Amino acid sequence: MIPFPLIIVLIAVLGLLGVGLYGLLAVRNLIKIVIALQILGKSALLALIAAGRASGQVNLGQSLALTFIVADTVVAAIGLALAVRVRRRLGTLDARELGKLRG
Amino acid sequence: MQILIGCLALGMLVCAVMAIRANRLVVSSLWLAALSALLAVLIYAMGASRVAVIELSVGAGLVTVLLIFVVGIAGDEATGGKPLIPRAVSWGLGLVALILLGWFTVPLVAPSPPSSQPSLVSLLWKDRALDVLIQVVLIFCGVMGILGLLSEAAVATVAGRRRAAQVPSAGTDSEPVMEEGRAQL
Repeated sequence: MIPFPLIIVLIAVLGLLGVGLYGLLAVRNLIKIVIALQILGKSALLALIAAGRASGQVNLGQSLALTFIVADTVVAAIGLALAVRVRRRLGTLDARELGKLRG
Repeated sequence: MQILIGCLALGMLVCAVMAIRANRLVVSSLWLAALSALLAVLIYAMGASRVAVIELSVGAGLVTVLLIFVVGIAGDEATGGKPLIPRAVSWGLGLVALILLGWFTVPLVAPSPPSSQPSLVSLLWKDRALDVLIQVVLIFCGVMGILGLLSEAAVATVAGRRRAAQVPSAGTDSEPVMEEGRAQL
């Protein structure tokens, strides 16, 4: 098997995690928040595969990654559907407007 | 090999930053699709070919189609102004999280030799059969949730409310306007 530079992959995981976390905290558009969540998800997916590779259990990492892809996609779909509902009800995608909801 | 992995990692980071920084949502979605495609190539290079194919089709395909579909429905609205959390605090929290995670994970990078492992099919359908069942339930719940969220017709739109508010005589005259707003859904 070709020796794999895991440290580069780990740096990519950390970089994606930082960008996704920053986007989650700093962005106000609901659809962009879903995009930031997706970036965080890509980071976790890469970490799972890298962990499986590092421990010599690539198939275990693949099976965990498959479960994660399903959950991540469902989260994205529900989040986008909620964003559409918010847009229809409030007329905006601004997350700040959600603080004005009552009842 | 290291150069290829380094280029892929750098490209992924650039795509992630551009997906967050782009002003238009469609452009952000396309950068996210490019990130997924590069991630699929990287995963393939790591030997997880099946997950790479699924990531390419789901991450770069299905999620991108969903995003562009939603942008088409909700509109490409640019939300500027002050963020919910100050940018300095966001950067600080992100950096602290990165440093902590790097502090704990970098010492763990010591590849162990590949050991005997069961096949992916055996892992999925025997060892993790309950997880697969939960995935099926999760997909079903996701589909039902989306259908429930998007098909509820008894919601007055903002336009319908504004039109109803503009009608001077209250009572029966405002009802057709509200019904018109509901019918637009």
